[in-house]
Amino acid sequence: MSEAVTHSSAVPLRLGLIGSPNAGKTTIFNALTGLRARVGNFPGVTVEKREGSVHLDGRSMVAIDLPGTYSLDPISPDEAVVTQVLQGEMADVPAPDALVVVADACSLERSLLLIGQVLRRSEPTCLVLTMVDELKARGGRIDLARLADALGIPVVGVVGHRGLGLDRLRALLGRPEGWERPPVQPPVEAVERAAWAESIVEHVIHERPEHHRISEQIDRVVLHPVLGMLLFATVMITFFQLIFAWATPAMDLIDEGIAWAAAYTRGVLPVGLLADFVADGLIAGVGAVLIFLPQIVLLFSLLYLLEDVGYMARAAFVVDRAMGRVGLEGRSFVALLSSYACAVPGIMATRTIPSPRDRLVTILVAPLMTCSARLPVYALLIGAFVPATKVLGPIGLQGLVLLALYLLAPLIAMLVAGVLKRSILQSDGLPFTLELPSYRLPTLQLWLSQVWKSASAFLRRAGTIILVASIVLWALLTFPRATPPPDMSPTQAASYALEHSVAGQAGKAIEPLIAPLGFDWKIGVGLVASLAAREIIVSTLAQMYASADEDTSLRSAIRADTDPETGRRVFTPATVAALLIFYVFALQCTSTLAAMARETNSWRWPIFAFSYMLILAYGMGFLTYRFVSALGGGA
Amino acid sequence: MKTDFNLEPKPISVPPPAPAQTLADLPPGSQGIVVSVDQAGSISRRLQDLGLLPNTPVKVLRRAPLGDPVVYELRGYRLCLRRGDAARVRVRPDEGDSTNSEQ
Repeated sequence: MSEAVTHSSAVPLRLGLIGSPNAGKTTIFNALTGLRARVGNFPGVTVEKREGSVHLDGRSMVAIDLPGTYSLDPISPDEAVVTQVLQGEMADVPAPDALVVVADACSLERSLLLIGQVLRRSEPTCLVLTMVDELKARGGRIDLARLADALGIPVVGVVGHRGLGLDRLRALLGRPEGWERPPVQPPVEAVERAAWAESIVEHVIHERPEHHRISEQIDRVVLHPVLGMLLFATVMITFFQLIFAWATPAMDLIDEGIAWAAAYTRGVLPVGLLADFVADGLIAGVGAVLIFLPQIVLLFSLLYLLEDVGYMARAAFVVDRAMGRVGLEGRSFVALLSSYACAVPGIMATRTIPSPRDRLVTILVAPLMTCSARLPVYALLIGAFVPATKVLGPIGLQGLVLLALYLLAPLIAMLVAGVLKRSILQSDGLPFTLELPSYRLPTLQLWLSQVWKSASAFLRRAGTIILVASIVLWALLTFPRATPPPDMSPTQAASYALEHSVAGQAGKAIEPLIAPLGFDWKIGVGLVASLAAREIIVSTLAQMYASADEDTSLRSAIRADTDPETGRRVFTPATVAALLIFYVFALQCTSTLAAMARETNSWRWPIFAFSYMLILAYGMGFLTYRFVSALGGGA
Repeated sequence: MKTDFNLEPKPISVPPPAPAQTLADLPPGSQGIVVSVDQAGSISRRLQDLGLLPNTPVKVLRRAPLGDPVVYELRGYRLCLRRGDAARVRVRPDEGDSTNSEQ
């Protein structure tokens, strides 16, 4: 007895939430813990762990949201985590003291298969039936008192996303010691357990829920062979537009704010290293993190809205066959489309993919999609070297080259995905399954809290890595500090300082390596500097060429540049083509690597992605250089 | 104590007019009753965890616009399966009243 008392007063009691995916478990967890949840990963696996403190009945407890599972007899990594946590076999994750099974009231019949397994365990257990409003709307009736009797455990019905029934749930969860225990254990064998489930269903379900009539009618349009595809295309184009174009004003505002803050700092601090560090290192680093926020907030706003309404499952259903060709599935599509704007939100959007391998493959190919950071690089090179001739009516050669680069990306991404799925990441042998929920009106509070959680998770987990990487790169571009000859103009002095920095030296050091692609050391410095983000090569080249702006004068400067020894042009057609192709493939983006590390919970996969994309970039760049040179573009 | 060493799935005797069918063969709008799920392994296990157990009535709702996957209704919920996975589920046709799903 004394042990139980000590336990309840010193160590908070742990409540484990168990349920199948889509049962509404996370909604219940969020409703109980509010915004106090800590999101992390279970040790050693990429499965997300959510824990939060709850105050129930004057008692402090810890709720832990276990991954969605269909069975306690694990066949997938997610399910293995559930079993390990329940057995107390997971390091640093103590086993729950009481279990809360969460099940969708409309599919109680199916959920009883899992409930039957949980009831065989020794922990005090209760059952939360979610979406009882939908059950009622579909004409279903369940006798909760009889269900509690039949199972021998307490049962509460709730509407999680509207907060109905939560008071009763809180009162119940406050006293797990008083929960009734099941008198007999359900059968262990699946077919027998199904018979047991059926007998309970007959005993407690007065009316089975009909089809949700409104959902049926909406689906007649949404899943229609023609209208459904049109709607899908419209939603996806809007989605893309939102992230690509509508985020721009907010991003410009952040850019201006950062520039203003940097200028202000320079005005306040004395000229020197401290001002340089604060303005170009610290403030620019913070800017490099904040610049992603508009896209991430917009992406998750739309993603969660479509998810809460019930469309995301339909979209995955509609597009699944096309993605299945390369071994991926419908839910990968949204993540890859988002990556067309930016790989960082795209990689975060892979969380909806239940298969760990499909998710990993999607994460690994996402950076191949033509993100918006490649556009400045393409624009500079195409603007400077591709003649602005008209090819077909109003369509110019420059536009066609840009279009070709944009279309090349998904082609390569699909190819790489196919290769990965056939080699190191073969299917985990689980069927593609997808539940179609009924359409539902979303609630503002739930929607906003989901978006807020995603954005703050990005700032905390990926943001810190991006900030540190930006400051390190600033240091590489700044030190050692060379004193420029006194007669140099400020732009020439900046060019001189860059040339003598670690990054400048690195650019020179890698010149023999990049010479086969037709790149000189100045391009090498640009490549090194743009490890932070692709577009940085533009500002770095501007600094290298001591150019007054990043537009007209930079274009003419790189067009006119000649090798001081041979007198030949630096940017030959072959070099420009190789550089464009290099940027199609290379993973020159610290933020993407940080997002990958955060989502896969290891540095192994970001390093793998960086390496394979670098090999592709180098190989394809080399082939392009050779090919264009052979056509006479080498000089 | 295992006495049955025959690991081959037992042949299912079916009446001549209705040949052995799988879930993938049923057209939208029809209904079948699960007889068994083929082969051991994680795919079959997951299908069973999802409720595709013997004697479960399954209704075929509709195909995706591109022809695959297909939405099924069983045990009070709607599940999408690809053709290849659905072909592992052996069914017998259920011509009866769809509301009478008690066995």
